[in-house]
Amino acid sequence: MSVYTSTLGGERHRFGSLARLLAAASPERSGDRLAGLAARTARERIAARWALADVPLTDFLTEPLIPYEDDDVTRLILDTHQRAAFAPVASMTVGELREWLLSEAADPAALAALAPGLTPEMAAAVSKLMGNADLVAVARKVRVVTAFRSTIGLPGRLATRLQPNHPTDDPAGVAAALLDGLLLGSGDAVIGINPATDSPKAVRDLLELLDGVIGRYSIPTQSCVLCHVTTAVDLMAKDAPVDLVFQSIAGTQAANASFGVTLGLLDEAYEAALALDRGTVGRNVMYFETGQGSALSADAHHGVDQQTVEARAYAVARRYDPLLVNTVVGFIGPEYLYDGRQILRAALEDHFCGKLLGLPMGLDICYTNHADADDDDIATMLTVLGVAGASFVICTPGGDDIMLNYQSASYHDALYLREVLGLRPAPEFEAWLGSVGLLDDRGGIREIAGTTHPLTAIGRELAA
Amino acid sequence: MTEVGEVTEVREVTEVSVPNDDLWPALRRRTQARIGLGRAGTALPTRHRLELQAAHAAARDAVHSPFAPDRVAAELPGMPTVRVRSAAPDRLTYLQRPDLGRRLDAVDRAHLPGGAWDVVFVVADGLSSRAVHEHAAPMIRATAARLPGWHLAPVVLAEQARVALGDDVAAAMGATAVVVLVGERPGMSAADSLGAYLTHRPVPGATTDADRNCLSNIRPPLGLSYDLAAEKLAGLLERARQLGSSGVGLKDDSDSDGALGS
Repeated sequence: MSVYTSTLGGERHRFGSLARLLAAASPERSGDRLAGLAARTARERIAARWALADVPLTDFLTEPLIPYEDDDVTRLILDTHQRAAFAPVASMTVGELREWLLSEAADPAALAALAPGLTPEMAAAVSKLMGNADLVAVARKVRVVTAFRSTIGLPGRLATRLQPNHPTDDPAGVAAALLDGLLLGSGDAVIGINPATDSPKAVRDLLELLDGVIGRYSIPTQSCVLCHVTTAVDLMAKDAPVDLVFQSIAGTQAANASFGVTLGLLDEAYEAALALDRGTVGRNVMYFETGQGSALSADAHHGVDQQTVEARAYAVARRYDPLLVNTVVGFIGPEYLYDGRQILRAALEDHFCGKLLGLPMGLDICYTNHADADDDDIATMLTVLGVAGASFVICTPGGDDIMLNYQSASYHDALYLREVLGLRPAPEFEAWLGSVGLLDDRGGIREIAGTTHPLTAIGRELAA
Repeated sequence: MTEVGEVTEVREVTEVSVPNDDLWPALRRRTQARIGLGRAGTALPTRHRLELQAAHAAARDAVHSPFAPDRVAAELPGMPTVRVRSAAPDRLTYLQRPDLGRRLDAVDRAHLPGGAWDVVFVVADGLSSRAVHEHAAPMIRATAARLPGWHLAPVVLAEQARVALGDDVAAAMGATAVVVLVGERPGMSAADSLGAYLTHRPVPGATTDADRNCLSNIRPPLGLSYDLAAEKLAGLLERARQLGSSGVGLKDDSDSDGALGS
């Protein structure tokens, strides 16, 4: 293993491996402290960044952070690396890559061409040298467009996941929250429910409920009930109306095992979903969620820092050309991201790395109530990630998820973001909003009295 | 503006805040979700913004309110209690270092009374001291009443403590089983939810969440009642003793959420 060194203020710093160097260069966060990987002092952190800036990108191809023999994510990363796409940056160091990404040479076409030539570790490394503004500036240039029944990721657009969760999966409760979201112009990325149980019957009932509404009102969107991939595979075999296959994924084989998934299982689910051919404008059929801290919480991080191991999950995601990927950025708790400042930084890193690696990145901008964060942090993150060009955000009624007990963005927050940044919904969904009278003459969402709109039949029948 | 106290009271105000509208009140009876809030431009009306902040404040206060073991002890007449702390010295450290919250302070460990205990109840503040202040003592009384003939250890009142601290306690006292009553992670509609985790013959450092049985959302009158929770818990204790183990091998007919307070 290589040793990396730098001298800062007359003090010599030594990092025994690339993994240790990356961890020490990471911004302060509670999860890396918990794992015993964080820089011990502020000076050591900056010394690590000096050393990291001089590391040739090719080192990441010859010194895997987790051994090739031990981990199928490492094998996936190295086996699918495209040398030709890597060629334009092959002679660069991490520091030089940062400057190139920020330069005009790195235009949307160049960035798209580069994506398969970058490994997650390269993306994570360069992000550690970037300020928050750098992460915004570069991510904003990256375009990743995907489609199923709506098109996600076009310039000037922001899609939303409508999340009508209910703690007992009560159909009327779900329908009520669904109606609320639709009337506020939400749901073009996906109508996605976290079910209270993973039981196939409960999942199927919810899928049929959503499929019924989408069909009856001809809504150009897709549904997803976020069950385990094996449940989705079984349901697809039994003709359940599955649009997107969902799975939580992580950046190591062992962390994925703790989720009960393997690459083989994901391959099987991907093929099954493609075969259903339920999309109308595209064939991106997968939906993945990730988030910093999951590998540590599964004791499966192999000494790799929280953010780098998160970026490795994106290598798993991109194998399946997903419609949507989002980091659930503040979900796990303050032992991984302590406060609003750490959550914002992680959100920008995840969004940047995912985009750079070619993924349609969105975010669940969120926190738990034991983290040091509040609704102002949501507003700040939402604004900054909107400027950075996030493909979609997750929205819950009033920003309060009563099933998962955490705080997220609200349908109102998405209206705000579209308004202040001049962003519009996905084109197919926008046309539908117009056709059902929900668009005002400026292209915003018309304020509808609850009793008067035809869509209220969605809730009216079930509430009776 | 309304007076803001209990979150549940605030929510009732929401019910009547949309006059001349028969749909949202009907829908709101089917979900606690904050639906039909109306708009001020693209934002929330003032009342709803403040209601959300009030609920968040209640949750934050639940996380940061200090644990008062005396309050719990006072509600356990006739039952001896022992106070301990975890290895986490303060709340800030506790929130960032769950590993420390799972270990007993070394001095406190030495002071725990050993004995041939069948079960020890551990009251752990977890992430909501409010939950343990309100629900832990009645829950212990209701459960103990259903365990005739069991040799109960003194109740351990543990500060800055997570679920696995109970493993350390049981090992130090020589108890066969441990029940940890812990304040769960507060949501905005429930800041006082108590969880109960049963572990048979725990081994500190080796026992995992898969070895535990959990009852969550003990929070009458809106959540699980003391009688129902105690009935389930006493039943689980009896069956764990017969089976010689707890966890996935012991049928758990209740909701389980390993993420809460663990």
